[in-house]
Amino acid sequence: MKKTSVKAVAGNGLLDRRSFLMSGIALSASCSLGPLAASASKPGGVSSQSISESFPEWMKVPGHAATEYGQPSAHESQVRRHLQKSAPETSIFSIWHTPIENQRGIITPSGLHFTVNHNGIPDIAPQRHVLMIHGLVERPLKFDVDSLMLYPMVSNIHFLECAGNTASNAVSLTSLDQSAQELFGQISGSEWTGIPLKHLFKEAGIKASAKWVIAEGADGGSHSRSIPLDKLLDDAIIALYQNGERIRPSQGYPMRLFVPGWEGNLNIKWLHRLEVTDQPAYTKDESGLYSDILEDGKIQRFSFHMDVKSLITHPSGRQLLPEKRGFYEISGLAWSGYGKIKLVEVSADGGKTWARAHIESPILPKSLTRFSMPWRWNGTDAILLSRATDEAGRVQPTRDQWRAQHASYSFNHYNGIQAWHISSSGVVENCYV
Amino acid sequence: MFDRCYVCARMLNTVAVTLLAGKASYVVLLFGALLLGIQTTLLRAEDTPQLLTPELGEPLHPSDIENYEITIFPNGKNLPEGQGTVAQGEVLYQTQCAMCHGKKGIEGPAARLAGSDGWFSFRDPLRVLRIRKHPVLLISVGSMWPFATTIFDYIRRAMPHQAPKSLNNDEVYALTAYILHLNDLLNTATQLDKHSILEINMPGKARSVIAD
Repeated sequence: MKKTSVKAVAGNGLLDRRSFLMSGIALSASCSLGPLAASASKPGGVSSQSISESFPEWMKVPGHAATEYGQPSAHESQVRRHLQKSAPETSIFSIWHTPIENQRGIITPSGLHFTVNHNGIPDIAPQRHVLMIHGLVERPLKFDVDSLMLYPMVSNIHFLECAGNTASNAVSLTSLDQSAQELFGQISGSEWTGIPLKHLFKEAGIKASAKWVIAEGADGGSHSRSIPLDKLLDDAIIALYQNGERIRPSQGYPMRLFVPGWEGNLNIKWLHRLEVTDQPAYTKDESGLYSDILEDGKIQRFSFHMDVKSLITHPSGRQLLPEKRGFYEISGLAWSGYGKIKLVEVSADGGKTWARAHIESPILPKSLTRFSMPWRWNGTDAILLSRATDEAGRVQPTRDQWRAQHASYSFNHYNGIQAWHISSSGVVENCYV
Repeated sequence: MFDRCYVCARMLNTVAVTLLAGKASYVVLLFGALLLGIQTTLLRAEDTPQLLTPELGEPLHPSDIENYEITIFPNGKNLPEGQGTVAQGEVLYQTQCAMCHGKKGIEGPAARLAGSDGWFSFRDPLRVLRIRKHPVLLISVGSMWPFATTIFDYIRRAMPHQAPKSLNNDEVYALTAYILHLNDLLNTATQLDKHSILEINMPGKARSVIAD
């Protein structure tokens, strides 16, 4: 067998991907020797014996039937959304985090997609749901769901992230020992399918003085946001499908507004009204909760983009590395509301040295993008970091750089570089560097 | 079935017509080029090439929409008739709101209505627990919201949490008045209505900057 040379690309065990692949092949080749060697004495070689003995029970009985709507394996029941704790008085305002560290690839299963509901999830009868477009339009229009289903649709893979994702790392003075799900669980990726809003706006005829659109949901709280018209004409859609099926109640059934790359809160679920105006309404969430308080006390409003961000999901907080001094593939996710991910760098020594991670296809604009980096852990303390750069040239700031721009209690749109500390016993813990 | 390029075809047609006209003289050619420029601009603005759609929107009549036009704008657009006082609002507040927002509008657990934004007092023994459990208490309506119209808008559409849209316009004006009073922004003698609400100068307005 050809001996492979393992080439280091940065400090503390970060390795060249090609050498990792080669040694991986060598490893699998040597592993396969075992069963082959053992096959010298064939099962059932004696005519009076059946082959039954050596097979597991599920290979000796017919399997059960499929179901009308499939569920994950019962053995994966630990992979669940996690409800952020809240007081009973405010339990209608619920925040469910996706188990991002269990996800591989860039698509979050629809049933695990994060969901934040300010006033619960409404039970909408689709046959009574109407989408209204009015205000500064030539022809105010209403659409029922059946009509909208007949329009040409587009499909795109995009991330959706709550403005408050990873807020605790922005404001907590000490790093909380939390999992990636707890810290980063308000990000998900899906294929969203629906009608480009520009088609419906063209049908209604936008007046020249129009600049903003107030989008409103049909939930108990009539959630509403003011959105610049230009963005909606650019790439926003009325989403009717998520990952190939009609969007679920927690994502806005029968329809939601989808505004690629912009904060989750303005992707209005249960969308029923679009009022075209010449001014923003300064709704509740754009008056306080989703604003940024800057270092000088100014309140920054209408910061819509979700900035370039990344995290290592494998390994991540509250996990335990099983193999001391083993080979690991570091894997993670990067995304930017400004476009495609161009570069992800990884460090295993707390930022002293960095190496360029492999970015996996597909690399799509405003989408989760998977990166990976081979790593040989030598069994001592390590700090893993990832730093993403997007095609607009935006680079993830350090936590200190981010906090220097914001008031100490400002928690929205946090995108600081995430650090995971690995102890000599293999415990992975959130930390600040 | 559908012609995806019907707009492009129209543009090409325009080019041909303009070029033909241009043959007549240099001046006409210049004029034609100018015309083409204008025409192209118009097409870009209003006729971006796109798929044909079935155009199934039904006319939305004023009577269809009037009960749904609940968004209140900072300039007072859509504010209804009605009025309320601080005293009326206080009574309503204690029965409808205090259980979530606290007796003084600062205790939570739901969003903080009054006072400055920022951390709780460092002398508060429960400070860390409060912040971790109720991060929305870090920011306050009174200090951050730039327009009082938003208070009216949000109470009317979404409050109280268990029974949104159950309050009448007078009650919403009264509760808005009381929340403004908790922030020292309205004295007890003033009656709040569609005119006086526009006179309120919210501290959050002067602190506002718009993101790039």
